[in-house]
Amino acid sequence: MNERACDRCAARAWLLGRLAGHLDTVRGRIDQVLALGDDDLLEAVGGAQRASVRRELGALNVDDVRARARAAGLDTVCRCDPAYPPALERLPASPAVLHVAGGLERLVELISADPVAIVGSRRASPYGLEVARSLGRGLASSGITIVSGMALGIDSAAHAGALEGGGATVAVLPASADRAYPAVKRALHRRIVASGAAVSELGPGTSVWRWMFPARNRIIAALAAMTVVVEAGERSGALLTAGLARGVGRPGGAGAGRVTTPQAVGPNGLLAGGAEVVRGPRDVLDHLFGAGARPAAGAPVREAPAELRPLLDAIAEGHATAAALARAGLGPDEGLAALAELELGGFVRRGAGGRFTVVA
Amino acid sequence: MLARIATFAIDGIDPRQVWVEVDIRSGLPAFTIVGLGDAAVRESRDRIRSAIHNSGFEFPQTRITANLAPAFLRKVGPGFDAALALGVLAASEQVPGESLRAYAVFGELSLGGELRDSPGALAVAEGARRAGLRRLIVPRERAREAALVGGLEVVGVPSLRAAAEVLTGSEPPPLPAPVLDARAVAAEPDLADVRGHAAPLLALEIAAAGGHNLLFEGAPGTGKTMLARRIPSILPAMSRAEAIEVTRIHSIAGLHAAGLIQARPFRAPHHTISPSGLVGGGAVPRPGEATLANHGVLFLDELAEFQRSSLDALRQPLEDGCVTVVRGQRALVFPTRFMLVAATNPCPCGFAGVGDRCRCGEAELRRHGRRLSGPLLDRMDLLVTVERPTEHELRSAPETSSAKARDRVAHARERQRFRLSGSSAWCNGEMDARLVRRHVRLEDRAERTLADAYEVGALSARGRHRVMRVAQTIADLRGHDQITHGDLLTALSLRQRGQADLTLAA
Repeated sequence: MNERACDRCAARAWLLGRLAGHLDTVRGRIDQVLALGDDDLLEAVGGAQRASVRRELGALNVDDVRARARAAGLDTVCRCDPAYPPALERLPASPAVLHVAGGLERLVELISADPVAIVGSRRASPYGLEVARSLGRGLASSGITIVSGMALGIDSAAHAGALEGGGATVAVLPASADRAYPAVKRALHRRIVASGAAVSELGPGTSVWRWMFPARNRIIAALAAMTVVVEAGERSGALLTAGLARGVGRPGGAGAGRVTTPQAVGPNGLLAGGAEVVRGPRDVLDHLFGAGARPAAGAPVREAPAELRPLLDAIAEGHATAAALARAGLGPDEGLAALAELELGGFVRRGAGGRFTVVA
Repeated sequence: MLARIATFAIDGIDPRQVWVEVDIRSGLPAFTIVGLGDAAVRESRDRIRSAIHNSGFEFPQTRITANLAPAFLRKVGPGFDAALALGVLAASEQVPGESLRAYAVFGELSLGGELRDSPGALAVAEGARRAGLRRLIVPRERAREAALVGGLEVVGVPSLRAAAEVLTGSEPPPLPAPVLDARAVAAEPDLADVRGHAAPLLALEIAAAGGHNLLFEGAPGTGKTMLARRIPSILPAMSRAEAIEVTRIHSIAGLHAAGLIQARPFRAPHHTISPSGLVGGGAVPRPGEATLANHGVLFLDELAEFQRSSLDALRQPLEDGCVTVVRGQRALVFPTRFMLVAATNPCPCGFAGVGDRCRCGEAELRRHGRRLSGPLLDRMDLLVTVERPTEHELRSAPETSSAKARDRVAHARERQRFRLSGSSAWCNGEMDARLVRRHVRLEDRAERTLADAYEVGALSARGRHRVMRVAQTIADLRGHDQITHGDLLTALSLRQRGQADLTLAA
């Protein structure tokens, strides 16, 4: 068990947790607020409880704080420690302590070689989910660590894709690294921690507040060598992450979308503003390492059986199932059988509403 | 003077013999009815008094006591009126009492002395035959229905006067001519009206052939209800015993007027229905929708909107083919052998999979999936997506017709009956794991594909059994002795997906 948080930093992490409920009022300027020292922070947001919190901080037994992290199975590292990820030091308000589920050594190793963040909307389209998933899968199988926030939608799809690609992935969580947020992602959290890591700025047992999301986003942006936004609405947090990445001098990329889709407004805007076009893992690798410097170790490309090609093509063109079957000239019997064969072969995926999409 | 007449109370859906005893003594004029009757029975005193007067008889100005025996059985409804009135007439010697001995009497009286249409005559007739009675007096409208029970002379009379005349020896009136049931005549919805919907039609036929429960998924207005309504038209015709059971239940529920019901029932309760509305219940237990759908189709539209408790109540009926309703210290058993068909929107907004219209995020999809999941979903062998037909399909010829589909279904059922004879199941949908192991045979390639699908996690252990049952039905429809690779693939594509599959698998 790694316990590499100094007293001062451990106390700082405790204080953030203690003031968690106060910080929501200033979540618009959370970057500046988090950059404040302990006393200034208390002064700024402590409110009526200022005095009592100060007393508690004075009387704080840091060993208790450490014991809690230990009990939750979390490694800790603080910004005074050499093992602290140097990438985070670029932040104006770097997190005092990182709590790590899955092991500190593993985290350090995973993020040492140009990790890529894939972020996007919680309300993603089936297309966006497929893009995030295949990007995660492709990059992970080329040995790139995927960093994301384990939120519903794009984030989860990116993690799931990375796991499918046989790679490890890092989830940066808003409140507590030992517990899944959102809770429905318990299974995903378990799988991520088994081979990768989950990281948080706040200690175990902290409940989730809204300011923690932009705060978490800054960690994602700083950790990743490149941040790719897949789908994001106009006011999505993913755009915030992209902005923060630019702020710390990291390149951003975006997957192009249809101009009429609301979820594509964000990435299309980023592209207009000069972000890299990301059409697939290839684009990301080329941008990070120079064109062709590192070949995409893509999964062996499997060919669908010839008799299924027409149906696969019709689905790829975006036709609904019945129309796709008609285009491929298949009756209901052979058509349903062909769909099952494509699905089991991993060529298509059945989404909500029974709509099939081609696995990219 | 004492008179005794047989009649029947309807207990749930079963007839129970009740003796009406009427005793006339000298004393102050009074008319009391004892024997655990409800308000309708108490009020029958006034109906009987007027009916007797208006039929040209004398209402005795003495002390009259009527008893409905056995006294422990709760008597509900106005069906005892006619027996009570004839009892009063017999006790006052206005009709011959001994001639009443061979009769059972059933019906409600109007103040004018007419015998009113009373639901449940078929059940009463069955009871009368079982009790060994030779003749049954029922309201004229119900005579045909009661006459469905053989070995019993049914006398349909329009009034109390006519009933009294039959008892005094006049010729009983002939059975009324069969009334054409408007509903039976009105063309049943037919598959020939359907354009497009190739995959759902195939699923419909498989479901009907194997007795599989079926779930439709699709956007509003795509035709889920329209398709479900046509399922009874492709199910094999009911046997006479089944038809009589359905007629009896529907007659008791007051849903049916005359003659034998030939079409399999289709019941589509609204999603606000309570658990007891669905499976039966109430202070005086009455059959619920599940029992009314017996031998037919129970259709639950908007499955996600039903109360959880209502859906949970369907577990026993689905499992056992009957439901036990306990009220007070009594337990009643209602038959519930129905095919369950349900329809749901794919997501809360309803438009998932339709172009870019759906705006539901993963959170909404998960919530929707949770509403759907549960024991009921586990009983659904087939899931099929219903899409809006294309313009081209709307203009083309229908895929099939009910008559053709019904032939194929009947043929497949015949094969199942042969294979499953001697076991507890009568169709593939009812096979349990043991029967699946014993009867389901796959070709080598199909075997491998099934193993692969299980291996990659596309199937759960239970899902594997479901797929095998459905594949067996598909093989039966196509006349294959073993399940071929194609049969299995079709079954796999129609497999019911767990909650994880209904949403994003991440």
